[in-house]
Amino acid sequence: MTNTTTASTTLDTAAETRHQGLHLQDVTLELGDGEGTVRALDQVNLEVNAGELVAIIGPSGAGKSSLLAVAGALASPTAGDVRVLGRDLAAVRSDGGQGALARFRREHLGFVFQSGNLIPALTSADQLRLAYRLAHRRGRTRTFDPSPFLESVGMGHRADSRPGQLSGGERQRVGIARALVNAPGVLLVDEPTAALDRQRSQDIVKLLAEQCHEKSIAGVMVTHDHEILPCCDRVLEMVDGQLTPVRE
Amino acid sequence: MFLALRELAFARGRFSLMGVVIALIAVLMVLLSGLSAGLVNDGVSGLKSMPVTSFAFDEGTKADNAFSRSIVDDEQIAAWKEQPDVATASPMGASIMNAETDQGLQVDLTLFGIEPDSFLAPELSAGSALGAPGGIIVSETLRGEGLELGSVITLDQVGTELEVIGFTDGQATFGHVDVAYLPLGTWQLIAAGEAPDGAAPTAEQLAALDFEYASVVAIEAVDGSPLAKGDADALAAGDSAAGTTSMTLEQSFNASPGYQAETLTLSMIQWFLYAIGALVVGAFFTVWTIQRGHELAVLRAMGASARYLLRDGLAQAAILLVTFTALGAAIGVGLGALMPAGMPFSLEAGPIALASTITISLGLVGAAIAVLRVTRIEPISALGGTR
Ligand SMILES: Nc1ncnc2c1ncn2[C@@H]1O[C@H](COP(=O)(O)OP(=O)(O)OP(=O)(O)O)[C@@H](O)[C@H]1O
Ligand SMILES: [Mg+2]
Repeated sequence: MTNTTTASTTLDTAAETRHQGLHLQDVTLELGDGEGTVRALDQVNLEVNAGELVAIIGPSGAGKSSLLAVAGALASPTAGDVRVLGRDLAAVRSDGGQGALARFRREHLGFVFQSGNLIPALTSADQLRLAYRLAHRRGRTRTFDPSPFLESVGMGHRADSRPGQLSGGERQRVGIARALVNAPGVLLVDEPTAALDRQRSQDIVKLLAEQCHEKSIAGVMVTHDHEILPCCDRVLEMVDGQLTPVRE
Repeated sequence: MFLALRELAFARGRFSLMGVVIALIAVLMVLLSGLSAGLVNDGVSGLKSMPVTSFAFDEGTKADNAFSRSIVDDEQIAAWKEQPDVATASPMGASIMNAETDQGLQVDLTLFGIEPDSFLAPELSAGSALGAPGGIIVSETLRGEGLELGSVITLDQVGTELEVIGFTDGQATFGHVDVAYLPLGTWQLIAAGEAPDGAAPTAEQLAALDFEYASVVAIEAVDGSPLAKGDADALAAGDSAAGTTSMTLEQSFNASPGYQAETLTLSMIQWFLYAIGALVVGAFFTVWTIQRGHELAVLRAMGASARYLLRDGLAQAAILLVTFTALGAAIGVGLGALMPAGMPFSLEAGPIALASTITISLGLVGAAIAVLRVTRIEPISALGGTR
């Protein structure tokens, strides 16, 4: 009896955690020191649920990348709380320092960078294998098969190509597949379509939205490209470190 | 090593360029080590092969060229024989002379005068032991230059004729000059200036000579005693009793002509080579790491720990260093086999292994300092284009 209760509680917590997605409360980030301090984020509140893709637009220097850095455990906020999948990042940091943050990143977060940022030496399949190896114990890595991930982004046929042999759009797809390998709860995307033409941009963003919906991932995408916004579930604008909704 | 191996294969052009430099350094290192061992042999193989633990020189003899400078008398010899822990002590004469063979070949000889039945008697590869006043045993290396058993050698200036009755087992040279062993009596006859001109010395001449001097006292200490270990106090005790200055066999190498200058120069060149190798490898990996800066930041953002990247980078450097040092050493050994016979060159496994290990280790230190850079890479710089 007791056992069942405990088990169901754990399940509930896990489900709840999953649903909590990304949660930023009154987050402020000041960069630089002394005279040249810049307030890159000013009391930002943001709630992204699992299964939705939120777009963030805004002028250059507004703090969009800074927002991703804070949400992605790459920078610690000057003030405010960042919760990822229910975990307080400040607590993770104080428990285990940078090592714990790195571990948190590889286990729970996915990054898609501008122009893919693949490792030049690795084939598409190896890009995914490396990401998998980072997050798993040795021994379990042999059985990992990257092809379903590559197929889900339509790159199954280019598994053995290196980034140099891929087009910008193809690289971005491999980058997305790589970000999904470790089943992240939160996906952070920085200007994924900067180097792509219109049609390809649409395809990439549709793919991202589809993956977020399908796999219950909380997605945040920073972009300058207004044409891709219809594919996103919500749009917010960042101006001078402050976030305002454009379309709910 | 997942990434390390794939990057080695991917950037094989750049890595082989670095590898060739490492291999060339390794080739040079093997050749230097061969030359250095060869010079050591050429300088002191005549001493090395002796079962001597220490030599006693006359008190206050200057360290360089001490063998031909020193003169000890029979009292000093006798005093050493009396010392505790001395198994045997025997006088030895040493001098360098020019000579000419009966085939008109000019040779330089280090004359080592020894008591024929003493522990100093050399191992032979051919011929018979010392005994006859005019018989000498010469270094095996002279065989290659046309000397045979029965060849007659005439010493310049004094004109004394000596006959080759044996060859040593292996090279016996001293100060780059071939050694000729001869009976101490004959050596004393030559040293006293009473050796016959145009003839071989006779037993009567030896018996008539009143000259009880030699160059040094060669000492063989009792196995395991302090004296055998070259203990300074034990040597000093003997010295004060006999009025001599002692050197262990090893120390006496420095008393061989030119030995110290040669080995010092060569080991300096070697250490410079190691340092250059480490710096070149360090510079290469610095550039390589900086070049991969963005890629490394991306990996850090993806959650790779700094330790993982450090280990990967070091594994890469180790693979590169070990592979190409081994390749270079193999080429060096191959080249060494092609060296002309007259060259003082000798390849020994020990020094080559040591030199390879130092090249690899110092290279790794250079690489480690460069690769340590990955710990300073900010994962946040993966965001945006270039920040
Ligand atoms: N390391 C830093 N030190 C000081 N100020 C910084 C640093 N990094 C960024 N900033 C400043 O913080 C502000 C926000 O930068 P951020 O990169 O988040 O902007 P962004 O919205 O992503 O711009 P873009 O669209 O050009 O990428 C800018 O004013 C920038 O100059
Ligand atoms: Mg930006």
